[in-house]
Amino acid sequence: MKGFLKKSGTTSVLATLISILIGLVAGSVLILIVGIFDNKIGLSGAWDGIRLVFIGLFNTGRDASGVMTFGFNPANFGNMLFRAIPLILTGLSVALAYKTGLFNIGAAGQYLAGIAATLFVALEIPTTVVPAWIVWTLALLAGILAGALWGAIPGLLKAYLNINEVLACIMTNWIAANIVTWLFDLSNLKNVTEGTKTAYIYKTSFNGVETAKLGLDKVFAGSQVNAGILIAILFAIGVYILMTRTTFGFELKACGSNRHAARYAGIRDKQSIVFSMGLAGALAGAAASLYYLSGNPEFFWSTYQSLPAAGFNGIAVALLGACNPIAVIFTGIFMSMLQVIGSQITFLTPFNEYITDVIIAVIVYLSAFSLVIRMWISGRGKKKPVKPAKADAKKEVKA
Amino acid sequence: MSFLIRETLVYAVPLMIVALAGVFAERSGIINLALEGIMIFGAFIGAFFIYEMQMNEVFVLQSGAANWGTMQMFVLLTMLVAGIAGAIFSLLLAFAAINLKADQTIGGTALNLLAPAFVLFFIRIIANQDDLRMYRGDAASWFMLKKSFFGLKEADGFFVNTFLNKVYITTYVCLLLFVLLSILLYKTKFGLRLRACGENPQAAASLGINVFHMRYAGVIISGFLAGMGGFVYALTTSNCVANGDVAGFGFLALAVMIFGNWKPLNIAGAALLFGLFKCMAASYSTLDLDGNGQYLLLNLSKDPVWGKILNANFYRLLPYLVSLIVLAFTSKKSRAPKAEGIPYDPGKR
Repeated sequence: MKGFLKKSGTTSVLATLISILIGLVAGSVLILIVGIFDNKIGLSGAWDGIRLVFIGLFNTGRDASGVMTFGFNPANFGNMLFRAIPLILTGLSVALAYKTGLFNIGAAGQYLAGIAATLFVALEIPTTVVPAWIVWTLALLAGILAGALWGAIPGLLKAYLNINEVLACIMTNWIAANIVTWLFDLSNLKNVTEGTKTAYIYKTSFNGVETAKLGLDKVFAGSQVNAGILIAILFAIGVYILMTRTTFGFELKACGSNRHAARYAGIRDKQSIVFSMGLAGALAGAAASLYYLSGNPEFFWSTYQSLPAAGFNGIAVALLGACNPIAVIFTGIFMSMLQVIGSQITFLTPFNEYITDVIIAVIVYLSAFSLVIRMWISGRGKKKPVKPAKADAKKEVKA
Repeated sequence: MSFLIRETLVYAVPLMIVALAGVFAERSGIINLALEGIMIFGAFIGAFFIYEMQMNEVFVLQSGAANWGTMQMFVLLTMLVAGIAGAIFSLLLAFAAINLKADQTIGGTALNLLAPAFVLFFIRIIANQDDLRMYRGDAASWFMLKKSFFGLKEADGFFVNTFLNKVYITTYVCLLLFVLLSILLYKTKFGLRLRACGENPQAAASLGINVFHMRYAGVIISGFLAGMGGFVYALTTSNCVANGDVAGFGFLALAVMIFGNWKPLNIAGAALLFGLFKCMAASYSTLDLDGNGQYLLLNLSKDPVWGKILNANFYRLLPYLVSLIVLAFTSKKSRAPKAEGIPYDPGKR
C-alpha cells in the first residue's frame, strides 16, 4: 500500500479522481441549495438533479408516472463519444503547449480558424466533380493548416517580440472571431434554403461530405457517433509518441523547461516556440474540422460577440489529464459525459446545463493546486510523519 | 464631438478601473488573469441587486416622485455591492495563489470559467432565459444624469453637453477612485509596501512586512475594482443586462495595463485610446465628427470601394488588432513587477 501510493503515476490519477469527486459534490451542493430555497423545485427536484449529476449517463428518461428510470442508454453513450472528439483534440492542443512551457488559451481562435477553412473547402468544392472522400480529406487538412497558421501567430509574437503568449492568444481569439464573421458574411454559404435558420452556415452534409460511421451508429443507436472519435484517439497516440519518443519532441520540451539552457545546448529556441504553438493550433484546427465534418452540426456564423466554448473546455480537459496525451483521451470522454449529463439535466429537471460548467470550473480550480493534493495523498501513504508535516505547514503560514 | 467624448468615456472608464485592478494585484505579486471572470460576477450581482430592488417596488416610488438624487444613491450603492461581490469572489484566487501556492494562470482561468457558468446557472433559474434584464425600464432612462437635473439647457455650451448631459455618475466615481487609488499605490506607506511585495517579497519580509497580508490586500482591492468595473460596464453599455459575458473587457484591461507599463497615467491614456476604438466600433454609423450633419464613417462604409474594408466588421476588429500591434511595439520596453506569478516562499532567497 505504501509503495503503491508513493508512485507518481498513482498519485496523479488519485489526485484527478479526488478533484473530480470534489467537483461533482460542489455541483450537487449548489443544486441542493437551490432546491432548498426554491419552493417550486423542492428537495425532490434537487434529488433528481443530484442523481443526474452522478449517473446521468445511465438515465433513460422518465416513465409514465414521472419517475426517472436508469439503465444502459446507447444514445447517451454514442453522443458522449461524439462530443468527446473536439474535447480530446483541443485538450491535446492545450496539453502539448503546456508541456512545452506555453499556456495555449488561444485554442478557441484556432478552433474558429479551423471551422472557417473546413467549411469553405467542404462546401465550395462540388462533390459532383470531386469524390466526396477527397473533399473530406482536403477539408480536414485545410482545417488543420488554418489552425496551425493561426496558432503560429502568438508563437511568433512570443518568440520574436517577447509578447506574453496568454495576451497574444486572447487578442488573436477575438480577431479570429471577427474575421470569421466577416468571411462568412461575404460568402454564399449562408443557409438560405431553410427559412427558419438565420445566421447559420450549411451543414457539410448538404454537399455530401460526412465522416464515415463505420457501423458505430448501429452499436449506439440514436446517436451521432462516427469514426472521428477513432481519429481523435490516433491523434492522441501520435502526440504521445512525438513528445516522449522523438528528438523533436524532446527539443520542444527542453525549450519549455528552460529556454536559455536549451539554446545553450544548441536547440533553436525561437523556432521551437513557434513550432509548439503551430502544432497546438493544428490540433485545435483538427478538433473543429472533425466536429463539423461529421455532417450534422451547424455553424452560427455571426460569432463576433462570443468565442466557442470548445477552446476553453480544452484547457479543463488538458489540466485534468495532467497534460498527458493518453490521459487526455479519458478526461476528454469524461468532460463530454458531463456535457451529455448537462443536456439531460436541462431536459428532465428545472435546473440547466450550466451546472456542468460549474463542475468543470471547480475541477480546473482544484487542478491549479493539484500538487498540494498529491502531496496530501503521498503524505497519507506514510503513516508516522503526517503530524510533523502538518505542523510545519502551519508554521510556514504563520511565518 | 460631445457625443464622441461621452461615448469614449463610457468605454474607457471600465477599462481604466479594471486595468487599475490588475495593477493592484500584479504590484503585490499575483497575476490576476481572472479580471474577466470577476467583472462577469460583479455585473451579475449588480444587475441582480437592481432587479430585486425593482421587484420590491423601492425604485418606482422614487422615480415616480422624480427623486433623481435618491436614484443616483441607488447606483452608488449598487456599485458598492458589486465591488464587495467581486472582492469576495477574488478571495478564491487569493486563497489558491497565496495559501496553496497554486499556478496563478490556471487559478485565474478557473475563475474565468466559473464566473459565467455560475452566473448563467442562476440567471436561467431566476429569469428562465440566458440574460437577466432589469425588471423595469432601461438603464439609460433610469440612471442617466441629464442636464435638466441641474437646471441647465442645451444653449449652455460644450462643457454642459459633454460632461453633464446624458452621462452616468459611475463615470465620475470611477475617475475619482482611479486618482485616489493611484495616490494610495504610489504616494503612501501602504502602497510602497504593497509594491515591494511584488518586486522582492523576501526583502520586504526582512523589513517586517507581512507578505501574505499585503498580497491578500492587493488581490482584494483588485477584486473590488474589477467587480465594480463589471457592473459599470453592464450599466453603461448594455442597459444593465447580465448575461455571463463582458465581451473580453477583462482581457482588454490586462492589455491596457501592460501597454500602460503598470503606471496609472499611461494606463489612463491607453484606456482612452481603446475606449475611442471601442466607441467607433459601437457607433461609427452615428458619429458626426466635424459637426456638419454628415456621418463620415457611415458614408465611407457605403462607398463601393472603401466600404469593402471600412465597414462594421472592420471597426469591431480594430480594438483587438490595435492592442496586439501596440503590444508588439511596447512589450520590449515593458517592465513587469519582478516577483509577479511566483508564489512567495519565505525560505527562498
